[in-house]
Amino acid sequence: MTTTASTLQLPADWRDFIALTKPRVMTLVVFSGVCGLVASGSAMHPVLAFASILAIAMGAGGAAALNQWYESDLDAKMLRTANRPIPAGRMDRQSALHFGVGISVASVILMELVSNWLATGLLAGSILYYVLIYTVWLKRRTPQNIVIGGAAGAFPPVIGWVAASGDITLLPFLMFALIFLWTPPHSWALALFTKTDYAAAGVPMMPVAAGERSARSQILIYTLAMAVVAVLPWSLGLAGPLYGWTAAILSVAFVVLSAQVARRSSDDAMREEKQLFIFSMSYLFVLFGALALDRVMAL
Amino acid sequence: MTEIDETAYRARQKSRARALAIVLGGLVLLFYAISIAKLVINR
Repeated sequence: MTTTASTLQLPADWRDFIALTKPRVMTLVVFSGVCGLVASGSAMHPVLAFASILAIAMGAGGAAALNQWYESDLDAKMLRTANRPIPAGRMDRQSALHFGVGISVASVILMELVSNWLATGLLAGSILYYVLIYTVWLKRRTPQNIVIGGAAGAFPPVIGWVAASGDITLLPFLMFALIFLWTPPHSWALALFTKTDYAAAGVPMMPVAAGERSARSQILIYTLAMAVVAVLPWSLGLAGPLYGWTAAILSVAFVVLSAQVARRSSDDAMREEKQLFIFSMSYLFVLFGALALDRVMAL
Repeated sequence: MTEIDETAYRARQKSRARALAIVLGGLVLLFYAISIAKLVINR
């Protein structure tokens, strides 16, 4: 061993590579991908279905790693993200870049091996969209960052659907629209109670750039639009009453919580905002689960 | 490099190598399973 004390740096731990993939975000990505695949109603060999979902997870993980590679300077300025592997000094940026590019490319190759060109193209497009459109272009430039960039997170159920069926119909489009419209209230609820973090890092999130009043009103507007889209599959006969009632009840609850947030002015506790943020995550899990179950029961 | 540094360095290398071995082993199994699944589908 010729390494000297002055040049020694511990290589990153394997757990730091896992952290780089944002595992908590990935659970929703994987779950919505599975729901899209199941809701398509198409028969797919279980091994190929598993590999398709693995490809979606790897793609999401790769995009998250590249996001952290690019945003390490911002992450270092925010309390919420300062302990991520790069800003905390546990990993060098180059390792994150190599890891991110590596699993992103591997995810696309795997998807091509086990499904079809359309699903592969959508997966590649969603990775590029998240990294180039959201992370590099929009995040630091506009308060609409999460609105336009939110489309990246809306791809997984569509990719799951297309991987199994090979085509896109109205239902996966509605699943896409649902996540797309869900993202602003979800993200801005978080931004309201981490506003000082974003302001310190200079990220123009809506509550920072346009003010809390505007952000709170827009949360309600997007929630109302999302609630309409949530019940559309039932109204259009694409899903049954199990999904319909679940969507109706949960969407009413979402609207009530958003209205509470819209009515309020800021205080230190931010109880309602935190409540909305937590509820929004359960909302999407339960809704997509109900849709998948409903479609399976109808087969 | 002190003895403690070297011990930590080696332990970290070992743990990374073990994790990588598990991932590669998983990939071997996955590609084997994919090959069998494709053979079954195309039969």
